Amino acid sequence: MAYQEPMIELIGLGKTFESKNSHVKALEDINLTIYEGEIFGIIGLSGAGKSTLVRCINYLERPTTGKVIFDKIDLSEVDDYELLRVRQSMGMIFQQFNLLMQRTALQNICFPLEIAGVSKKDAKKRAYELLEVVGLSDKAGAYPAQLSGGQKQRVAIARALATKPKVLLCDEATSALDPTTTRSILDLLKEINKNLGITVVVITHEMSVIEEICHRVAIIDASHIAEIGDVEEVFMRPKSKIAKQLVFSGANHIESFVGEDKCRIIFDGRTSFEPVIANMVLECRTPVNILFADTKDIDGKAFGQMVIQLPEDDISKKRIFAYLETNNIPHEEVI
Amino acid sequence: MFSKAVLEMIGVGILETLYMTIISSILAYILGLPLGILLVVTDKDGIAPLVILNRIVGVIVNILRSIPFVILLVALMPFTRIVVGTTLGPNALVVPLVIGSAPYIARLVESSLKEVDHGIIEAAQSMGASPRQIVFKVLIPEAMPSLIMGGAIAIITILSYSAMGGFVGAGGLGTIAINYGYYRYQVDMMLVTVIILVLIVQGFQELGGRLMRRSDKRL
Ligand SMILES: Nc1ncnc2c1ncn2[C@@H]1O[C@H](COP(=O)(O)OP(=O)(O)OP(=O)(O)O)[C@@H](O)[C@H]1O
Ligand SMILES: [Mg+2]
Repeated sequence: MAYQEPMIELIGLGKTFESKNSHVKALEDINLTIYEGEIFGIIGLSGAGKSTLVRCINYLERPTTGKVIFDKIDLSEVDDYELLRVRQSMGMIFQQFNLLMQRTALQNICFPLEIAGVSKKDAKKRAYELLEVVGLSDKAGAYPAQLSGGQKQRVAIARALATKPKVLLCDEATSALDPTTTRSILDLLKEINKNLGITVVVITHEMSVIEEICHRVAIIDASHIAEIGDVEEVFMRPKSKIAKQLVFSGANHIESFVGEDKCRIIFDGRTSFEPVIANMVLECRTPVNILFADTKDIDGKAFGQMVIQLPEDDISKKRIFAYLETNNIPHEEVI
Repeated sequence: MFSKAVLEMIGVGILETLYMTIISSILAYILGLPLGILLVVTDKDGIAPLVILNRIVGVIVNILRSIPFVILLVALMPFTRIVVGTTLGPNALVVPLVIGSAPYIARLVESSLKEVDHGIIEAAQSMGASPRQIVFKVLIPEAMPSLIMGGAIAIITILSYSAMGGFVGAGGLGTIAINYGYYRYQVDMMLVTVIILVLIVQGFQELGGRLMRRSDKRL
């Protein structure tokens, strides 16, 4: 996919929370460009500053330093009134859905349209369309209390799309949902991105969410951006410590095999899984110990990685490396 | 048991009490509701923080709330005379009732509105809602069940204040209870008025509860 037009630019962005006796630097020197039409992921551990970052994008939080440029508008230069209009072209969804509890699904979707001054009749019409988009046409009259978590998030998505925003900001939108529902919501986001061309910013602490839908990702660690790049690239060749930690979540124990030589084999969508190892074992006539294996489906291609324990003797080791070289299988030694 | 005249007097007493209570409640809400909204909106974590104004209003409300109603009633008499032209009768009691209960209502409204989940307010802000739109389209409708319950509590409080007006000849059931039950030791009269007051309180409580349940869509 080719991204040309920047949709959101963060330049030297910083945010410090000041109170009488504390001073929290939630973000520091964030530089980031999100392009029109992409699904951009922002991942980090709890407290890294993800929510603060996304709230800076729509100026719910005013940055203390730096700039936010949204669709060529420098948000620091618009007045309060103008800011309200700008926000109407940015939808946002939340972990806790944040639906109006005293309004039906339909009325919830009408809400942003009422705010924007759309007539009741037109708002209703649009709300019905959106219910269709999110697959909840039969729930128009249901109150949030009568909906499941996944259905609530669908209503929230429909509501966020009501004013035809250019960007959809998702702050941990699937963190309160079970894996199946998470997948269906992510599919919906993907569909929206593809069919409506809306730029989607996904905040999460789960690598699987990033792998599932994002094109590019920024990893944020302790208020800074640690790494940024295409999801495939970051996933296959994580550079920063935090990126490795997130990619290998579940495989942290590898580091505890001290003193052993290990090799990471990367499956980049070209190779299939078992035959590689099986063939290697047959060809090199040496058994290997699999320490960790993981496959993922990214953008329809199979990706995976496997960490194997190398044999003790140098000859077998060399043979394995030679095999991997000649078969063009990406790999690296893990120390 | 009671003569027709007495029954008639009790009937008038009930009407006067209801009249004072309802008129005062309406007027007190006209004052107290905006004050409560102001307290929430201008709070330091509110949607349009104005900390100094918030402090000032907060202090005034607290001072008025800490004055016992009987004292307020007497202290306001000159003012009441200016407004109503007399210090006797139900209309005269409306003045101290409104001034005495408006700050209480402001606090009730404040606490109801503060129950609204901050996430919902944030969602509205993210859609570009102005503080005004948030008040009228989010805070009040979302807090409606709680506001209704608060309303029942306010009316009951005003009702009990109105009975105190009996000491200054305000009319209503309070005056009957004091004139007959207190000054003339007619225990039966005292009992009857008290029972009627209890029934009215129950009625408002029940009505409030019912309206609240009907309005609440959270099931
Ligand atoms: N309003 C605030 N006042 C003071 N400190 C704050 C405020 N909001 C956030 N912080 C601090 O800023 C830091 C980053 O918080 P943030 O909510 O952005 O983290 P996060 O990455 O979203 O974490 P999580 O995954 O738990 O949601 C934290 O240390 C937090 O305590
Ligand atoms: Mg967060």
